[in-house]
Amino acid sequence: MREFFVAKASELKSGDRRIVTTDRGAEIGVFNHEGAYHAYSNTCLHQGGPACEGLMINRVAEVLGPGKTWEGEVFAEEMHFVCPWHGWEYDLKTGEAVGNRKLKLRNYDVVEHDGSIYVIA
Amino acid sequence: MDIPFKDPPPTEVRNLAGGEYSTIELLRHAAKQAVERKYRDFVIVDVDSHHYENETYREVFKYIESPVIRRAALESAERPGRSNLMNGQVGYQDISGRITRQRGRAREKTEPGEQRDIVMTKRWMDSMGVDYACLFPTPMLFLGLHPQPEIETALAQGYNRWLCEEVLAKEDRLVSMLYLPFNDPEAAYRTVKEFGDKKGVSGFMVTSPRYKPVHDNSYMKTYALLEEMGKPLSFHAAYNWNDQSMALMNRFISVHAVGFMMYNMIHLTNWVINGLPERFPNLKVMWIESGLTWVYSLMQRLDHSYMMRTSDAPALKRKPSEYMREMYYSSQPMEMPDDKSILEATFKMIKADTQLVWSSDYPHWDFDLPSVIYDLPFLNETAKRNILGGTAAKLFGIDPKVVKNIPGDIVAPGSRPLAGVAS
Repeated sequence: MREFFVAKASELKSGDRRIVTTDRGAEIGVFNHEGAYHAYSNTCLHQGGPACEGLMINRVAEVLGPGKTWEGEVFAEEMHFVCPWHGWEYDLKTGEAVGNRKLKLRNYDVVEHDGSIYVIA
Repeated sequence: MDIPFKDPPPTEVRNLAGGEYSTIELLRHAAKQAVERKYRDFVIVDVDSHHYENETYREVFKYIESPVIRRAALESAERPGRSNLMNGQVGYQDISGRITRQRGRAREKTEPGEQRDIVMTKRWMDSMGVDYACLFPTPMLFLGLHPQPEIETALAQGYNRWLCEEVLAKEDRLVSMLYLPFNDPEAAYRTVKEFGDKKGVSGFMVTSPRYKPVHDNSYMKTYALLEEMGKPLSFHAAYNWNDQSMALMNRFISVHAVGFMMYNMIHLTNWVINGLPERFPNLKVMWIESGLTWVYSLMQRLDHSYMMRTSDAPALKRKPSEYMREMYYSSQPMEMPDDKSILEATFKMIKADTQLVWSSDYPHWDFDLPSVIYDLPFLNETAKRNILGGTAAKLFGIDPKVVKNIPGDIVAPGSRPLAGVAS
């Protein structure tokens, strides 16, 4: 395990991300979401697409009324990133596939020192 | 062309903000799979892929024979997004922008003077490791629902002429099963006559959402002609949200899941129960883009009823499933049950080793890579290669020569002995 440079901390603002390729060829997506760093394998658990390179979008949630009637849909707080190949959505905070949370992308630790961000792989 | 993953620096950091769209970049993981699995060693044929003919309507419609309809069509092409000569469907396959290539492809660069459909298609083919692809249109999959049969016929003929002259004649790696204007049986017959011998025409295709039954007597001479010419007939699934049954469903996921099976279930049932395999024993029939589970189910349903009601299907000499097992099925979108023994049973049921043909459906939202077949633990290497290309090459009359150029692959194409194509 070693550290791989991701970016200067000043260059990876909230909402930004980078794809880091390690010396062994592994691709890792590193996200800054509201000041917290998250890093996951960039290989989708479905057919191997670039899981971390698609749209970032909030979870769509259903709104039910008091009598369990359908009242509409909203964007919830939970942030997802979406594999651009087929639309598999992942929870940004956990790396879980939101359609089946037993499935989870490999996650990596991220550290910051000397003004730079590193992912450990 | 840059190859993103070949000989990367020890660490490479990419910023995803903005930039051009590139098919090769989007599919670089597909190319990696193709290299790792050594697709360079055998031929891969994709029996169902697409382009977006609406992006070149101005060119396509010039080929419409009737000057009156040609003018109407060309005028329509100038005002896309408003009601025009083409019929459409409600649909949002891009999942509200989550499938990024649907929008991004407009930003992809091709060189001036290049035929864009050919260039764009070959980029994803090479990335996936595909040697030959059968190309179909996209919006025209709904053309069978056009309220004016003469418009369906005119647009189909124009499209077929454009495709033959501008694409198939110019690119040896592309073939097509041409659109049959099925609402006008005479026009369907004329289409087979006119185009059956053209370069790259591997067969003919009926878009499935339509309401004239396949056993109608008016189609028999077309089937006879196809059988005589040795050209396969395929039924390409789609949906019709305006169908009374489909209109009960409120989500695209529902209409897509059921609709893409339903019309092929109906047409196949009519095809078998009316004994068309007995009338046209040498006509090759293929069912496209309904996945596989419906076949497994329908075989059992029809066999079960048939043994009690043989008088309802007097033309049959065997059980319905036996006829069905002689037909061809495209694989995509291939269902992946958690328990792979269920998939294995489906493969056995449809005699996948000889009857299943891989398809990508690229660039549509639910495309499959060759690895959906290649990685199956219960298939041997010969079966994998048959399904991925050997069977389709025979069916389409394609010389099974490896011609792909996988980005990042280390070996030049064409320099190795071929293997794995069943005789």
